[in-house]
Amino acid sequence: MSGGITGQDPELLRRLLRAKDRMDAASHEHWPVRRLARVSRVSEAHFARSFRQAFGVPPHRYLLTRRIERASALLRDTDLPITEIAFQTGWGSLGTFGRIFRDVTGDSPGAIRARARATAQELAPVPTCHVSAAQRPDLTIAVSEKRRRVARRYKSP
Amino acid sequence: MTQGVQVAGLYVRDQDEALAFYVEKLGFRVHTDVKNGDFRWLTVQHPEQPSFQLGLFVPGPPVLDAATAQTVRALVAKGAMPPLVLVVDDCRAACERMRARGVEFTQEPVDRYGTVDAGFRDPSGNGWKMLQARR
Repeated sequence: MSGGITGQDPELLRRLLRAKDRMDAASHEHWPVRRLARVSRVSEAHFARSFRQAFGVPPHRYLLTRRIERASALLRDTDLPITEIAFQTGWGSLGTFGRIFRDVTGDSPGAIRARARATAQELAPVPTCHVSAAQRPDLTIAVSEKRRRVARRYKSP
Repeated sequence: MTQGVQVAGLYVRDQDEALAFYVEKLGFRVHTDVKNGDFRWLTVQHPEQPSFQLGLFVPGPPVLDAATAQTVRALVAKGAMPPLVLVVDDCRAACERMRARGVEFTQEPVDRYGTVDAGFRDPSGNGWKMLQARR
């Protein structure tokens, strides 16, 4: 079904939401398309296309934003070492974590930690999960594309 | 209380299904269930909160045209509706009880500085936080 903006079957969307929920609940885990497609009870090819149409981003990029969000929360709310945060949020190495974190947020994990602490008190009355969601990175383009754009910007006068 | 919010509503995909969910799985009771042709005004109420009704409404005619209704159904199914918060005395016990009845949890109970919260969805896709406040 190609469909316009409202063209997707709500029953399918509800099952796609289930896959999204599962990534939310365990963003540190591996979520290959095969696993997600099984949660939504659709074929792999159908899953990737439908998820993107429903939620505006491909599933792997959605997962990335959740990992960055969670890492940001841990940077903000805990004293865990950055290596430990990288490990807990699903990255295999500190290097990959640091690079992607910078690509997505424009800042290093250490800088985000320092800034978040400076503004922490103002948000105290809002439920924690909603504060966290509000700070989710808005990753509308691929990380590789974002990286290229930043590189271009630095090159231009 | 004589003034304040009396009804706030949710859009659901099927009122019978929603009614069974909120009554049998969450312990609400029916407050009003009135039909007028295709239109059904259905509200439920938490037994400990008699001043408030939660409306369970289906998007559709005569209130919404077919295309708008389809858009709303898609939004609900995508979990795009605003957050809902249910307050409980014991989040972990409630979670266990509700899970045994088949409620779909999206987040296990988590301790946050003295409060405990979990997340679940109704069959339509409406997302709830279940919050145990600090004592």
